[in-house]
Amino acid sequence: MATHSVTEDCEQLRKAFAGWGTNEGLIISILAHRSSAQIKLIRETYAKTYGEDLLKDLDKELSSDFERVVVLWALDPAERDAFLANEATKRWTSSNQVLVEITCTRTSQQLLLAKQAYHARFKRSLEEDVASHATGDFSKLLIPLVSIYRYEGDEVNMTLAKSEAKILHEKISEKAYNHEDVIRILSTRSKAQINATLNRYKNEFGNDINKDLKTDPKDEFLAILRATVKCLTRPEKYFEKVLRLAINKRGTDEGALTRVVTTRAEIDMKIIKEEYHKRNSVTLDHAIGKDTTGDYEKMLLALIGHGDA
Amino acid sequence: MMTESSIVQSFPSQNTTLKKKNKLMDPPDDFEALSKAVSGFGVDEDTLILILGKWHSEQLRSFRKRTQFFLEDERLFERLDGNQIAFWTKEFLRFKNAVVQWTMHPWERDARLAHEAITKGPESYGLLIEIACTRSSEELLGARKAYQSLFNQSIEDVVSRIQCTERKLLVALVSSYRYEGVQVNDSTARSEARTLGTAIRTSNKKNLIENDKIVRMLTIRSKLHLKAVVKVYKELYGRDIYKDLESEMRLKETIQCLCNPETYFSKVLIDALKDDADEDTKEGLTRVIVTRNNVDMKVIGEEFNKQYGVPLSRKIEEVALGNYKDFLVSLIDRINENLSEIPIVGSSTEGGASG
Repeated sequence: MATHSVTEDCEQLRKAFAGWGTNEGLIISILAHRSSAQIKLIRETYAKTYGEDLLKDLDKELSSDFERVVVLWALDPAERDAFLANEATKRWTSSNQVLVEITCTRTSQQLLLAKQAYHARFKRSLEEDVASHATGDFSKLLIPLVSIYRYEGDEVNMTLAKSEAKILHEKISEKAYNHEDVIRILSTRSKAQINATLNRYKNEFGNDINKDLKTDPKDEFLAILRATVKCLTRPEKYFEKVLRLAINKRGTDEGALTRVVTTRAEIDMKIIKEEYHKRNSVTLDHAIGKDTTGDYEKMLLALIGHGDA
Repeated sequence: MMTESSIVQSFPSQNTTLKKKNKLMDPPDDFEALSKAVSGFGVDEDTLILILGKWHSEQLRSFRKRTQFFLEDERLFERLDGNQIAFWTKEFLRFKNAVVQWTMHPWERDARLAHEAITKGPESYGLLIEIACTRSSEELLGARKAYQSLFNQSIEDVVSRIQCTERKLLVALVSSYRYEGVQVNDSTARSEARTLGTAIRTSNKKNLIENDKIVRMLTIRSKLHLKAVVKVYKELYGRDIYKDLESEMRLKETIQCLCNPETYFSKVLIDALKDDADEDTKEGLTRVIVTRNNVDMKVIGEEFNKQYGVPLSRKIEEVALGNYKDFLVSLIDRINENLSEIPIVGSSTEGGASG
């Protein structure tokens, strides 16, 4: 419902930066309640009207967590994913999870757009940066996850599901977690096929595959494998867990919190909130309200209510 | 309604043989002409019509008795050799296949070629390499999309289930979405040339194609980067990488397709034109001319001439017949006439002729 004019929005945002300090409330009230398509229009108009990039002005005027959530939200989804992926390739191993998250919870088209945005912005392919950042087993898994253009149809081959459940069980029993068959199955099959295979796995061998992959809680590769499985099959549960851990940590993990909220606000935040409420007996709004403050908190709350705005 | 001759006529060509020969030929010349009309790439439709159209059963019987296409059956009749029937079926269809390939959207064309290669088996995997490496990132992506539409699976999925030594390489190649800008990191190129050189010189050659580092380099780096690697390799080792990879056909093809596609395609063409070429190899003639027409056909033609000492169009005139020949020659001539054709790759446009 375009009841807000783009020109008005631009004027208001410009006003928010005027004078001493910034009117963060105004920024939140506008940006948090616009879709990514609307924000794109605002950025274009802002640039035409004032000759400056809205993001640069936000960068100048805002600080830390609040700034990050606003800027990430204002980015086009593909640029956002490219930015987050690039950040992940520059950090240490804990960011492998971010790469898994981006490559496995996006649709094939979204991932493709992110890779195009990556080429344009960083003048390299994401695959190359993942290759230079990730080592050994991690790159064996991550590079295919980045590259594959997954089929998204519903067709399922039950014979294949049966044989691949068997292969997975074999390799896991042998502790050959990084075996190329395991990686191949997870990185090339459609999500529907993987779901069928893992259901078969559970029926045939008794356990959820992630239970069998928990043999060593300290093993980082196993953690990434489990994350891969979860992202591919139950993304809402994956995101619920990330949020739960981010908020309960001593000091909130703002990075994870900001990332999940900004990347899922337009996608499946409603389902994630339901999942969170189910799992934690309090609502996500309540948890965020308790753990964060100020404008950062206000922006987050506005974004997770986004579907209702 | 599109008839064969109207398709050919819509491509202006100086070499068309549409002028019908009206003079009657002597019987021995007739036999020779008829044999020639069905002994090449495609068939000489005009000659077939001209000769067979006027022959009586006597002449047909004479022809059957005298030529190698027919065998004396024990029950005393001239039987057509089964292989010959199969051969002629292919040759009569050659024009149709060329036309359909040309008209198809490039994405569908590549998807079908890839599917064919996978179905045919190991000798055809080179075609997968050809498609994955000589198309632009967007074209390869388009082929993957078309594959999903046509076959309800991703090509990565299907290729990942092939049992062969080159599987790792093939899956990675068809999955690639390479950066296509001009930025190249020279020191990375240098170190990768060294990695390549070391791997070639120390490892058991059989494992080269499964070497993670090599596969990764070949499948994620941009083409410009790999060209730099090839150049540095020559500086470091004083040898062409292609010579050092003589025994690793698939790796050699991969690098060639990525860095010197015109050399690769020239070879596909000359192999197709050899006397003992099998059907799959012969199909290379149509495939190269159709798929490279809007890309680098001119450069391929020049390379072909350089390597084999004869212009491509002349070679085609020698071995191809009838409408098939006219079609191919028209396609090549339009390149030389510098018809401006901007390669268009997008979801709502088609490649190929706008005839």
